[in-house]
Amino acid sequence: MADAANVKEEKSDAEGAAERGPALVRAPLRGEVSRRGLFSALGLGWALFTGASAGLLGAMGRFMFPNVLYEPPQEFKAGFPSEFAVDAVDERFKATYGVWIVREPTGFFALSTVCTHLGCTPNWLAADEKYKCPCHGSGFIKTGINIEGPAPRPLERYKIMLAEDGQILIDKNTKFQQEKGQWELDGAYLPYTA
Amino acid sequence: MQKLLQAVRDTQIWRSIFRHGYPDTPRNRTLAVLSNTFLHLHPVKVRRSGIRLSYTWCMGGLTFFLFLVETITGLLLMFYYRPTAEAAYQDIIGIREHVALGVMREMHRWAAHMMVITVWLHMYRVFLTGSYKPPREFNWNVGVILLVLTLLLSFTGYLLPWDQLAVWAITVGSNMARATPFLGHEGPGASLLAFGGLNFVHAGDDARFGLLAGRFVGEGALLRFYVLHCVGLPLAAATLMAIHFWRVRKDGGISGPL
Repeated sequence: MADAANVKEEKSDAEGAAERGPALVRAPLRGEVSRRGLFSALGLGWALFTGASAGLLGAMGRFMFPNVLYEPPQEFKAGFPSEFAVDAVDERFKATYGVWIVREPTGFFALSTVCTHLGCTPNWLAADEKYKCPCHGSGFIKTGINIEGPAPRPLERYKIMLAEDGQILIDKNTKFQQEKGQWELDGAYLPYTA
Repeated sequence: MQKLLQAVRDTQIWRSIFRHGYPDTPRNRTLAVLSNTFLHLHPVKVRRSGIRLSYTWCMGGLTFFLFLVETITGLLLMFYYRPTAEAAYQDIIGIREHVALGVMREMHRWAAHMMVITVWLHMYRVFLTGSYKPPREFNWNVGVILLVLTLLLSFTGYLLPWDQLAVWAITVGSNMARATPFLGHEGPGASLLAFGGLNFVHAGDDARFGLLAGRFVGEGALLRFYVLHCVGLPLAAATLMAIHFWRVRKDGGISGPL
């Protein structure tokens, strides 16, 4: 309501000015700021201020994401295929990289040590032939398939391949999930070729 | 004696601090509240029915009291605690074994548990008495944020002992951030933010990473949680508490019984 009244008043002001003749509506003098000029400057000022604030906020957000991490790398070499005992779960890379390397008679796969329930680290119980999570009791058989406890899906596998020097190379940037049928994909399994 | 007291009250020092007489008249009582930085957040007058214990349960007041307990005990603990992977656990044992009044950390811990309980009961009381209704709906929302801040303060404080319980509890808890819409790499929408085979949201740059400063709970997470626990969250909570109390006053004081 109040806005409408203001608009009406302005209009009548303009009409009044027109009635009084063009002499009263004069161009701004040199060094004088016109109404339009003032609002343009204000608009530009606010736009700059908003842009600068947004840029600063973005920079501060980016500050929280460091460029260098003192974590073990996502890719690592695990030694030569002949070094692994058949049917064994290799735990050498669990503490540093969070990976079990399982050697089957036909080949290898790299299993993530992150429980698919809530992210704790299960233990490989060789006598029971299963991975058992200490947090909430999820259990997985050697291949990574969940068999007991609250875990909703099998353990994930990481990409496993042979490096140029013949060593096994694990790439944790690519993961394969059984429930999505990804264990059949290239890189989820490394066939053993002596 | 009377003369001496009067002389003290006539000094420039006294008169520069207190701009009113003894709060023994309604006017002076009002002035005492209004001219005090801290008291002025509080309503000048409170209904007799509004302070009945069976009505308010005093849960808001107790929550504030526990926040003050947490501030004081927490400040004292900061003199001994170093948020590094090597020192953190040694320091919390040291606070118990090598320092007088070794129950300081237990007081801090128990007051934190109590505060979560009193916040919930305060919310429950406000709900039961309908005190969230207009004109108090804004203050209800401020209160909800304060509830979340209280829970986050407990959550960040939980990591600081840096024992097995702390590390795995925060590992489990922070996994929720993976499921943040668009900002967590396992959350809804994250897979849309990809260009070709390149994911813009992955384990190395999502919300959980920002919280932990890493892909797992490590030393970076300990430092971030420490800063959030000691500075960030308490500052936010104190600011919102000032608004919360001020709005109680502005929205007509403590609500009356239905």
